[in-house]
Amino acid sequence: MSTTIDDEVTAETPKKPTKRQRQAAGVAEAASGGVKMLLVKVLMLGIVDAIAVYAIFILISSEQWLVAAIVGVVTAIVNWIYFSRTKLPAKYLTPGVIFLVVFQVFVLVYTGYIAFTNYGTGHNGSKEQAVSSLMSSALERVPDSPTYEVTVVDQLGELGLLVTDPDGEASVGTSDSPLTEVDAEMEGGKAVAVDGWTTLNFADVIARTDEITELAVPFSDDPNDGAIRTPDGSSGYLYLSNLEYDAAAGTMTNLSTGTVYTDLGTGAFTSDDGQQLLPGWQIVVGFDNFVRAVTDERLAGPLFYVTLWTFAFALISVASTFFLGLFLAIVFNDLRMRGRKYYRVLMILPYAVPSFLSALVWAGMMNESFGFINQVLLGGASVPWLTDPVVAKISVLVVNLWLGFPYMFLVCTGALQSIPEELQEAATVDGARPWAVFRLIKLPLLLVSVAPLLIASFAFNFNNFNVIYMLTDGGPRDSNAPIPVGFTDILISMVYKVAFTGQSRDYGLASAYSIIIFIVVAVISVIAFRRTKSLEELN
Amino acid sequence: MRVNTKSLLAAGAVAVVATLGLASCAAGDAGSEGDAASSTLTVWVDAERVDALQGAADAYSEKNGVKVDLVGKDNADIKDDFIQQVPTGKGPDITMGAHDWLGELSTNGVVAPIELGDSAGDYLPVAIDASTYEGTVYMLPYAVENIAVIRNADLVPEAATSFDDMIAKGQAAGLTQPFVVEQGAEGNPYHLYPFQTAFGAPVFGSNDQGYDPTDLQLGNAGGEQFATWLASQGKNGTGVFNTDVDGDIAKQAFLDGTAAFWLTGPWNVGSAVDAGLNVAIDSVPSPTAEVASPFAGVKGFFVSSESKNKVAANDFLVNYLGTEDVQLELFEAGNVLPALSAAAETASSDPIIEGFAAVGAEAVPMPAIPAMGSVWQYWGIAEADVINGADPVATWQKLTADVQAAIQ
Repeated sequence: MSTTIDDEVTAETPKKPTKRQRQAAGVAEAASGGVKMLLVKVLMLGIVDAIAVYAIFILISSEQWLVAAIVGVVTAIVNWIYFSRTKLPAKYLTPGVIFLVVFQVFVLVYTGYIAFTNYGTGHNGSKEQAVSSLMSSALERVPDSPTYEVTVVDQLGELGLLVTDPDGEASVGTSDSPLTEVDAEMEGGKAVAVDGWTTLNFADVIARTDEITELAVPFSDDPNDGAIRTPDGSSGYLYLSNLEYDAAAGTMTNLSTGTVYTDLGTGAFTSDDGQQLLPGWQIVVGFDNFVRAVTDERLAGPLFYVTLWTFAFALISVASTFFLGLFLAIVFNDLRMRGRKYYRVLMILPYAVPSFLSALVWAGMMNESFGFINQVLLGGASVPWLTDPVVAKISVLVVNLWLGFPYMFLVCTGALQSIPEELQEAATVDGARPWAVFRLIKLPLLLVSVAPLLIASFAFNFNNFNVIYMLTDGGPRDSNAPIPVGFTDILISMVYKVAFTGQSRDYGLASAYSIIIFIVVAVISVIAFRRTKSLEELN
Repeated sequence: MRVNTKSLLAAGAVAVVATLGLASCAAGDAGSEGDAASSTLTVWVDAERVDALQGAADAYSEKNGVKVDLVGKDNADIKDDFIQQVPTGKGPDITMGAHDWLGELSTNGVVAPIELGDSAGDYLPVAIDASTYEGTVYMLPYAVENIAVIRNADLVPEAATSFDDMIAKGQAAGLTQPFVVEQGAEGNPYHLYPFQTAFGAPVFGSNDQGYDPTDLQLGNAGGEQFATWLASQGKNGTGVFNTDVDGDIAKQAFLDGTAAFWLTGPWNVGSAVDAGLNVAIDSVPSPTAEVASPFAGVKGFFVSSESKNKVAANDFLVNYLGTEDVQLELFEAGNVLPALSAAAETASSDPIIEGFAAVGAEAVPMPAIPAMGSVWQYWGIAEADVINGADPVATWQKLTADVQAAIQ
C-alpha cells in the first residue's frame, strides 16, 4: 500500500501515470491479494466462525464449559491470525496444528489420563450413578403382592399416587404420607380422579418422569410393609429395598444381612472382609496400572515371550521385506531385463489389495484340512500352517513379507534411480566386482534415503495389529497361559485381548500398556535416527 | 483507502458471523423449549431390524405423542457403546441386546430394572429366566434363539434317534462326513454344549437367583465322560469333529450335499432354503440316553439407568412391545421365535420355526453371570485340544482348575 499511488490518483493535473508507476500499482494490488481474494477469505472465515459459534452454543446448552471455552479461544486465535497483515508462517501452520492437536495430541493425552484411572468393567461412571444404580437394583417386589392400578395425581406441585387395590378400594398417598382411603371417581374399576387433586394425563406424566421415578408411596406407617412405585405411570407394585444408603456417613447397608459397605477409596463400596458391591465408580489410581502391567504374575510369563516375539516379528519383517524389495528393485533396474514395466506392475499388486482382505484370504488358504495350499499345492498334505506354534510364526512372517515387499520395492526403485551411473562406471573401471560395487557404493547411498523409512516400517510392524488379528488372531492359543494369549500375539494384540475380549474390560490397564509400548517404540526410533545421522556424512 | 475497505469488510464478516451465530442459537433454543426434547425416546436397534421396529415406533408415537427415534447400530458395537455412553448422559433410553450381556451391563450399573408385572406369565419360561439377573428382571424379551440339527431330507428322509444313529444313517446314504458343526482353531463350545449337557455336565448349577457362580458343574464326572467321548469322535477317533471346519466350511459342505446333518441356528436356515434344499429341523441327537439341551439365547430390550424418560421407556416396552402384534411384526423381520407365548404359537405354524421351538423347549438359558466370561476364555481351547488328541480327562481337569482360578 504505497501512498504515493493514492497521491498520484488524486493529483490535480490528471496526467497518465508513468509505466513504472502502473507496474508498481499492479504489483501492490497483487501483493495485497485484491478485493476478490479478501472476499473469499472473509467468506471462509465466516463459515469457520459460524460453525464454531454453533458448536459453542451446543456445548453451552449441554454444559460442557471447558470444551466451549477451548473452541472459543481457538476460534478467536484463528481470526486474529488470518485478519492480521503479517504472521505468514502462522497462516500456513494453523490448520495443520489444529488437526494435529485434535487427532493426535488429544488422543495421546486422553490415553495417558485413562492409564491412571481404574476405568473398566464395574468402574464405569461416577459415584452418584453407582449409588442410584445400586439402589434401583436393590428394590425387590414384596412376594405375592398384587398389581395395583394407579393414577398419578398432583396437589400444589406435590405428586401423589391414587391407588386402586384389587378389591376396588381407592386410596391416595405421597412420598411423605402413607396411603389413606378416599372416595374417588371410578372408571372401569379404576380410580381416575379424587377431590383436591389434579389428575395428570400421559403427557404430563412423561414430562415429570424424574419426580415419578423417585416417587415411592409408603403402604402404611410400618416401613417394612414396603412402598408403592410405578414404573410406567399406570400400574404400581409394592417394593421393599434391601439396601440402605446413608449419604452422611457414605455407607451402604445390606438390610437382609446387616453387612455395612463403606467407601474406602477403592472405587467401590467395600465391606470389612473385602467384598465389593458392584457397580463401583471411576477413580484415579496413580501408577497402579503400570505396576500391574509389569508385575502381574498372570501376565509375567506371557509378557516376556510376547515381547520377544514382537521384536522378532518387527525386525524380521523389516529385514525380509527390505531385502526382497531391494533385490527385485535391482533386478528390474537392469536395462537388460525385457518388459520391466509389466513386472513392476505385477510387483505392486500385493500392495494394492487391502491388507485386511489379503490376510483373511491367506488365512483361508492356510487352513490345515481344507486350505488351497495343503489341498491343491501340496496334494492333500496336512501342514499345520496356522495351528502349530512354530509354523504359525513362520506363516505370519511369510504373509507379512508378501504384504510388505512391494512398498520396499517401490522405495528402493526410486532411490536406486537417484544414484548417478558414473559412480558405477568409475568403480567398474577401477576393477571392482559387482558385489563390491553394491556393498560399498550403492547400499550406503541407498541407506541415506531409505533408513528413515526402515525405522518407520519397524514402528509400523511393531504395532501391526491387522495382520495378526486377521490371519491368526494371535493363535494358536497357549493353553498354559492364564490369559487368552497365543503364540503369534504381538504386544498390541495381547493388549487388545486384555482390554476388549471376554466380559471384563480393563481400559486402564490397556492404556498403561499402550503407553509402555509407545515409549519402547519411541526410544528405539530415536536411537535409530541418531545412528542414521552418520550415514549422511557420505554425501 | 483500501485499508478502510478491508476493515469495513472485516466488520461485515463479524456481523455476518454474529447473525449466523444468533440464528443457530435461536434454532437451538427452539429445539430445547417445552417438552418436545424430553419426550423423545431414543432406541438403539441392530441395524438390520430398524425397519421391523419402525412401524411399531410410529404407531406408538401416534398413540401417545411420544416421539420414538430409532438409531440403527452395528450389532458388534452396541454393547460396548452402550456401556461407555450411558454414564456420559448421552446414551440412548433403550437398547436392543442379548440376555448374556446382562452380567456385564449390571456390573457396570448401566441398566435399570423392568417390572413386567402380571404379564411375566405370558412369556416363554426360558425367556423370563434369561431376562432375570440376581432375582431382578432387567430385559423385555422379544425373541428366543437356539441351535438345532438341520437335516437334508432328500438325502436322509428320517430323523436320527441318537448320535451314532445319525452317523450311521448318513453313511448309509453314501456320505463320508455326514455331520458338520462349526468349530475353529479355538473350538466352539456354544455349538458343542448340547452334547455336554447330554452327559449331565452343565456349566453352573442353579439356585433360586438363577445360575450360581460358586457352583461350577463343568468338571463333574459327566464333564470328564463328555471329554472322553469328544476325544473318541476327534482327530484320533472317528473324525466327526474337526477344528478346521469353520462356519463357512460347514455351510458349504451342507449346501453341496456332502453333509446331511448340520448343527446350527436359525440364522443359517435361510441360505439352505434359498439353495433349494429340502430341509427338516430335528432335535440334537444325543450320544447318551439323556436329552441334549442346547443353549437358548434370548434377545430383548434394556432400559438405560441414566434415561431421563424411564416412565415412557417402561410404558413403550412393557405395554407396547410386549403385545402380540408387535412381537409378530418383529418375528416377520427376523424369523426368530417370539418370546411371548401367544406370538410364539402363531409363529410356530411355520414348520422350520416349529422345529426350532421344539428344540428350544429343552434349551437352557446361556448364563449371563460375569463368571461366564472366565469360562468362555478357556472352554473352547480345551475342547479344541481334546478334539485334536490331547488327553481328555487331564485337559478337562485343567480347564476346570483354570476356570475356578479365574472366577475367584
